[in-house]
Amino acid sequence: MTVLSAGEVRGREHGPVQAMGVVVSVERRGAYWHLRIEAPVLASRSEPGQFVEIKVDKRGAILRRPFSIATADEGVIEVVFDAHGLGTYALADLEPGATVDLVGPLGVAYTEPEGGLSLLVGGGYGVAPLGFLAGRLAARGLAAVAIVGAATKARLPDTAALEAGVAQLVVTTDDGSLGVQGLVTDAMPAVLAERQVAQVYACGPMPMLAAVGAAAEEAGLTAQLAVEEHMACGVGICWTCVIPVRDGDDVRMRRACIDGPVFDAAAIAWESTRWGPS
Amino acid sequence: MGEHALGSVMTSLPHDAVELAVDLGGVAMANPITTASGCFASGAEIDRFWDVNQLGALVVKSITLEPREGLPTPRMHETPSGMLNAIGLQNPGIDRWIANDLAWLRERGVTTIASVAGKSVHDYAEVTRRLQEAGGVAALEINLSCPNVEHRGLVFACSAPDSAEVMAAVRAETDRPLFAKLTSDVTDIVAIAGACLEAGATGLSLINTLLGMAIDPWTGKPRIHNTYGGLSGPAIRPVAIRNVHQVHQAFPQVPIIGMGGVRKVEDVIEFIRAGATAVAIGTAGFAEPFLGRDLIEELRGWLADRGVRKVSELRGAVEPW
Repeated sequence: MTVLSAGEVRGREHGPVQAMGVVVSVERRGAYWHLRIEAPVLASRSEPGQFVEIKVDKRGAILRRPFSIATADEGVIEVVFDAHGLGTYALADLEPGATVDLVGPLGVAYTEPEGGLSLLVGGGYGVAPLGFLAGRLAARGLAAVAIVGAATKARLPDTAALEAGVAQLVVTTDDGSLGVQGLVTDAMPAVLAERQVAQVYACGPMPMLAAVGAAAEEAGLTAQLAVEEHMACGVGICWTCVIPVRDGDDVRMRRACIDGPVFDAAAIAWESTRWGPS
Repeated sequence: MGEHALGSVMTSLPHDAVELAVDLGGVAMANPITTASGCFASGAEIDRFWDVNQLGALVVKSITLEPREGLPTPRMHETPSGMLNAIGLQNPGIDRWIANDLAWLRERGVTTIASVAGKSVHDYAEVTRRLQEAGGVAALEINLSCPNVEHRGLVFACSAPDSAEVMAAVRAETDRPLFAKLTSDVTDIVAIAGACLEAGATGLSLINTLLGMAIDPWTGKPRIHNTYGGLSGPAIRPVAIRNVHQVHQAFPQVPIIGMGGVRKVEDVIEFIRAGATAVAIGTAGFAEPFLGRDLIEELRGWLADRGVRKVSELRGAVEPW
């Protein structure tokens, strides 16, 4: 096992690399942590919806932790997380200048639209890749609106990056402490009625994704969902992070890390998951 | 100081003077580093990072007669220095594996060891027959640690007669070297190993994961959907080393692929000293996609720095107290 030095990168001309990034900043914004890491090669290859596997430098922790890439500008990637376990506590403790061992970018990115209005739906820190996507859409002059939800005001993520790229942002909270009271899907009908939405993009907890997919389907829209599942490797070799995906009449277990994490909502066989209708 | 105790007098060698090649029961390996079945798929994913034909051999994820979609999720849970998993042998089935994966492995010039799994003796024999017919695999690893549906869900490798029956059936179908993959979850692994060898196994792969369980204290649910899963990672390395040592002591001429918690070059040396001819990387490769390539170079450097000309000199070299 070779330990890379700061800035060192290895891999091929294209695709994922292993890179020793350098921490630019670690910042807490509300409930979530924003970690910015300088990793120019990895950043230059990153697309919205892709993720990075970060090594946790803690004794007893043997697996990396996957994080959706929230931004990848000027050689720096950003990830957003909730500190709730051994790995995320360790990352929250990092100081600027510290080295961080990264593997990425990994997985299939969102397929960006040809045109039309995009609706971006995010739950909690699942908003991260949607800010990245909104920036890409705005740069191409494509219109987007967004709905972001959380259980309560304190659990809402920082939406600055998202707001910069969308024409409208609707906020929902389960308890009504801010914005519309209810789930993100409770806010979808009004947005869909008011505007000519052409496609939906979502990221967040799996029950939310199932509901967003169903709402989109009901409205006759395609939805691309960035899923999550317990993942050991992130590179396609362990087969732990599978999602049941329809293939004609069959259901195939596809790897979220390499066949996803972005899947078409209509293809996911939710009834075969622990989040689907039983 | 014993003959193979390093550290008394060390005369380092140039790196290129070190001989890493090993003969694994007729499989000519350029170096002793290989992969643990189920921890490297069939190689293409890691080939996105580096040329996997640098491995001494590549043991692929187990293949069954029919395609299998495997178990529901969650399939994985990390434990202190370990990992529990229950995948359920997800694989495309032997015919699609030969058409797609084996074709790719051959094109890339990978020394391939096919891992065969099955629910019945017939399944193992039929998969082996099709592999023999296809050609292009250097050896077969027979994964005996799957539930045997013909015998009330018991694991073949928990019974010497069941293991021997499978090994004899596959031996009849192929001229390739055969490695029996055994579990440590038995009373006497030496007896199972002996039965496999008598039935025609060339060597042994030691060890498969240890059966474990973890429960979420809040929800009360098992951490993985299957309730029980296989424990891997550094947590099981001492168990694996003990098994390799016991089997090597009993059958010193028999080639062994040693595995369980290998992460560092010192771990590779430890397995070779215990009696392994080849050493497989498993769970650590999930976190370190370059691990296989790194270990080949690090092994060369480690041996050169200590004046060990041939890696095989250290095989079974455990010094007495």
